[in-house]
Amino acid sequence: MKLTLKIWRQKSNSSKGEFKTYIHDHVSPDMSFLEMLDVLNEGLVKKGEEPVHFDHDCREGICGMCSLYINGRPHGPLQTTTCQLHMRSFKDGETITIEPWRAAAFPVVKDLVVDRSAFDRIQQAGGYVSVNTGGVPDGNAIPIAKKIADEAMDAAACIGCGACVAACKNASAMLFVSAKVSQYALLPQGQPESKERVDKMVAQMDDEGFGACTNTKACEAECPKSIKITNIARMNREYYSSMFTNYEVTVSGGGD
Amino acid sequence: MALTGLFLITFLIIHCTINAMIFLNDGGVTFSHWGHFMGTNPVIRTLEIGLVAGFLIHIFQGLLLIKKNRDSRPVRYQVVAPAPNSTWYSRSMGLLGTLLLLFLIMHTAHFWIPNRANQFATGEELNLYQMMLSIFADPLIVALYVLGCISLAWHLLHGFWSAFQTLGLNHQRYNAIIHFVGTTFAIVVPLIFALMPIAIYLNWVN
Repeated sequence: MKLTLKIWRQKSNSSKGEFKTYIHDHVSPDMSFLEMLDVLNEGLVKKGEEPVHFDHDCREGICGMCSLYINGRPHGPLQTTTCQLHMRSFKDGETITIEPWRAAAFPVVKDLVVDRSAFDRIQQAGGYVSVNTGGVPDGNAIPIAKKIADEAMDAAACIGCGACVAACKNASAMLFVSAKVSQYALLPQGQPESKERVDKMVAQMDDEGFGACTNTKACEAECPKSIKITNIARMNREYYSSMFTNYEVTVSGGGD
Repeated sequence: MALTGLFLITFLIIHCTINAMIFLNDGGVTFSHWGHFMGTNPVIRTLEIGLVAGFLIHIFQGLLLIKKNRDSRPVRYQVVAPAPNSTWYSRSMGLLGTLLLLFLIMHTAHFWIPNRANQFATGEELNLYQMMLSIFADPLIVALYVLGCISLAWHLLHGFWSAFQTLGLNHQRYNAIIHFVGTTFAIVVPLIFALMPIAIYLNWVN
């Protein structure tokens, strides 16, 4: 296969980026998208040019590290991660435009690499259980319906790749945050801190400069882990419930 | 957006029902009766202030939302292909809303503003039925009204269920009925509205 690649090149966050066109004629349809870029980079290194920087790690579709906005869609034309996308999904002679995720909250680090630590900070704001839960409980000791456990597991499948933000016309992170809120909101272990959690995570999300949800469902359609927008509605419910019933706690220190 | 949107939807139901009285074709007797009630009843007139506020808040919230969402992506994509992941009208609520605002300015300038202005000046109501007959004699106005109704239909097609989703009302058992009612509402109400200028222009109602 022979491809024309239009790739976003940007030296650093502060410098101005631009598209550069590369002709790539050593592409096999069996290559994954990232392997195709590896071969391109090998050629660039041999020529003494700066290779194209892009994020990747496990290459098994489970770590959420790879990104890339390919031909106008996050992770390319299939609903999967970029590492699981193969060149057979493209036509011989096709021109492929590769851009980084675009969002105010995801600044470009270099070329196609963006800084997604905004997601980490949202998670740190409340996406955890801090109560001491003791040792591992016996199997089935915590009463929970199978379908609720499944629903929580589906939400927990989110790998935090940021495709939802990239796909959203508003660069909104609602799908990510709602998945992280849901995985606790559905389970008994998450209940003690549920109101505080949604408050803090939503506040952090707004602080990071993500947009607001207008329910276009683009995130759900592009999410490689099929996270559903029912999570967004659940987070909205949690948020309103917290808004009306959560009480302010003033920390006086020492518990007295 | 969701709360004001649903509030405006309830207004549409009343507006549409009363205006549909022209289809009785009784020379506007029933229509004028209810028009008189809506124009003079003190309770309705008080609610009208809420309605104007509802429109203004909905518009203002919309503008704030567009501003926030634009700011959250300062560098745009070179290539976007959103067609496979979302519908064009769900992505175009701002545009459809702007078209509706333009329509609303024209529409209130035709009926509501002159009528209320006259009520304030003389205490008398204008004959809205006669005004409809004369205004809808112009094919250009009829076409603009139909375009307004088409914008309304697309706006509602996304807006109705979207309001429920924003309020957290998403439930496997009720999603189908919310979507069904929303789609039906988005087709039926604008259709009835669009038929009004058409019927008058074609002399079905006179």
